[in-house]
Amino acid sequence: MVTDPPCSVAQVLTPDSRVSLVAARGLVKRFGDFTAVDGIDFEIYRGESFGFLGPNGAGKTSTMKMVSCISPPTEGSLTVLGQDPKTKGPQIRARLGLVPQEDSLELELSAMDNLMMYGRYFDLPRAEIKRRATELLEFTQLSERANEKADNFSGGMKRRLTIARSLISDPDLLILDEPTTGLDPQARHLVWERLYRLKSEGVTLVITTHYMDEAEQLCDRLVVMDRGKIVAEGAPQALIQQHSTREVLELRFGMDGHGPRAAAVADLADRVEELPDRLLLYVGDGDEALAAVHARGLAPLSALVRRSTLEDVFLRLTGRTLVD
Amino acid sequence: MTTNTTASTEVTQVATTRPVQPTLGWAPWRRAFWYHATFWSRTWRGQVISSFLFPVLYLASMGLGVGKLVNHHSGGVSGVTYLEFVAPALLAMTGMQIASNESMWPILASFKWTRSYWTAVSTPITPRDLVIGKLSWVAVHVAMVGVIYTCVLEAFQTLLSPWAVLLPLAGVLTGLAYAAPIAAFTATQENEKSFPVFYRFAIIPMFLFSGSFYPISQLPSWLRVVVQFVPLYHGVAICRTLALGQGSLATTGYHVGVLVALAVLGAYLCDRNFRKRLEA
Repeated sequence: MVTDPPCSVAQVLTPDSRVSLVAARGLVKRFGDFTAVDGIDFEIYRGESFGFLGPNGAGKTSTMKMVSCISPPTEGSLTVLGQDPKTKGPQIRARLGLVPQEDSLELELSAMDNLMMYGRYFDLPRAEIKRRATELLEFTQLSERANEKADNFSGGMKRRLTIARSLISDPDLLILDEPTTGLDPQARHLVWERLYRLKSEGVTLVITTHYMDEAEQLCDRLVVMDRGKIVAEGAPQALIQQHSTREVLELRFGMDGHGPRAAAVADLADRVEELPDRLLLYVGDGDEALAAVHARGLAPLSALVRRSTLEDVFLRLTGRTLVD
Repeated sequence: MTTNTTASTEVTQVATTRPVQPTLGWAPWRRAFWYHATFWSRTWRGQVISSFLFPVLYLASMGLGVGKLVNHHSGGVSGVTYLEFVAPALLAMTGMQIASNESMWPILASFKWTRSYWTAVSTPITPRDLVIGKLSWVAVHVAMVGVIYTCVLEAFQTLLSPWAVLLPLAGVLTGLAYAAPIAAFTATQENEKSFPVFYRFAIIPMFLFSGSFYPISQLPSWLRVVVQFVPLYHGVAICRTLALGQGSLATTGYHVGVLVALAVLGAYLCDRNFRKRLEA
C-alpha cells in the first residue's frame, strides 16, 4: 500500500495499479442506541468511481462522514489515503474533496470569493487559488457568473459551484454525497456530465446516491446498502446479471388489486414482484412474456418492457424499492 | 465539441500539474480567523463610523445630561466627575456587547444555516481551529473598537492615568469572558429561541447593575454579592482602575482573575462542545 503518494492523479489510469485509497473493515457508527452503519467492509482503489447505493437512511451519509474523516468510527478499522483518520485527520482532509449533501456555500459571497475562501482553508497561496478557481469556474460552466453572489444561483449552479469548490485543493479523492438530489433533470445531467469528465480524467470518485440511474451511469463498482449493512457489491452490470433477469415486464391493472393476477402470471416469469401500483415480471424476453399474458386473456391497462436495473437488484435483495 | 476539448484540457491541467500542495502550515486556526475578518471587512466602513458615533453620543448624554445633575447634587462620584466615572465603563460594556452578538446568532448560523463550520471541518481545519479562530476574531474585533473608543475617551478628557492605554485590552478580556461561555452554550443549541431570553434577562440586567452608572456601594448588600458573579462588573472595575489610576493591585488582580477564569473555562467548554457537535 502506498502511504503517501505525492504522484499526480493522472498517473493512475493503468488498470492494474490497484492502489487502495480507502480500506474499511467492520466499520460501525452508532448514535446513542441507533446503529447507522452496522459493520461494513469495503475497499476503494485509485482511479475508480465507487458508489454507495441505497435508500435514505441506509447509512450512506454516515459512511461518507467517516470516509471524509469528519466523524470518527464507533468501531472497526478505517484507512484513508494510507493513514489513520483518528490521528491524521487534518493531513488526510488536506487531500480530500467533499461535496456535502446539503449545499453549504457562503451565499453572501460571489462564486469566486467562495472558492477563494475555501482555498485558504487549505493554506494555498492566493495567486494559486485564483488561478485554480478561474479554471474550475470554467470547468463547471460558471465563468460568466463568477462575480455574482451565490445567493442568486439556481440549485444546479450551486451544486456545480460546490463541486468546483471541492476541487480547489486538487484532491486525490473526491467524495460526493447525493450529488444530484433535489436537482431538476436538466441540472442533473449537467452535473453527471461534469463528473463523468472528471472520472475520465482519472479522478477517484466516491459517490452516494439513491438514484439507480446515477449509480449505473457513474460508478465502476458499487456496494448496495440497506439498514446500515452492505447487501451486495460489484460492477453495476454484473450485479444486474447476478441478481436479476435480462428484461422486466411491468404490468398495470386496475385499482382492484394485483394479487390474483400475480398468481395467474407467476409461471410466465422467473420471479414476480408485486408493487402497490404494478406487477414486475422478471423474464428473459419481455415481449414474449407480454404476448403470453395477452394469450391468457388478461388485459393490463398498460404494459412496459424494459431492461433490468439496479432498482430491480435492490428490490430483489431487500424486498423494498429505493425511492419511495 | 471545441468547448469540450478545452474544458478537458483544463481538467488535465488541474489534475496533473500540482505546483502547490495543500499544507498544514503553522496554526491552522488563523484560516478560521480570516473567515470572520473577510466578512467583517465587507462592512467595516459603516462599523467604523458607528464605532465613533456611539461613544460620542454616550459621553455627551452621560457627561452633559446625567453628569451635570450628579455633579451638581453630590459633587461627582468617588472623587472624580460623573463623566470621568462612567466613561471607562464603555469599554467593558462594548466588550460584552460585541462578544455576545458574535457568539449567538452567527455561531448558530455557522452550524445550522450557512453550515460554514461543516464546510470548514471538511478541510484540514479542526473544530478546535474554529474555536480559536472565532475567539481570536472576537478579541481583535473588540480591540479595534476599543482603540477607537479609547481615543474618543481621551478626546473628552476623561482619562486621568497613563494606564488608560491598556483600556482596549480590558475590553478584550471582558469580551472573551462573555464570548467563550456564550459560544459554548450556542454550540449546544438547535434554534435561536433562547437568545432573546438571554438578552432580556441576562445581558440587559448585567448592563444596568454592574456598576457602570453608579458605584455598587449604592446597591443593597445581597445584590453586591450577586454582582461578584457578573463578568461585566469585573470588566468595568478594571477599566475604571486603568482610566482613573485608582484601585489596589490586589483587587485588580481579583477582577482580572475572575475574567481570565471565565474565559478559560468557556474556551474549554467551547472546544468540547464544538467537537461533540461537529464530530458526531
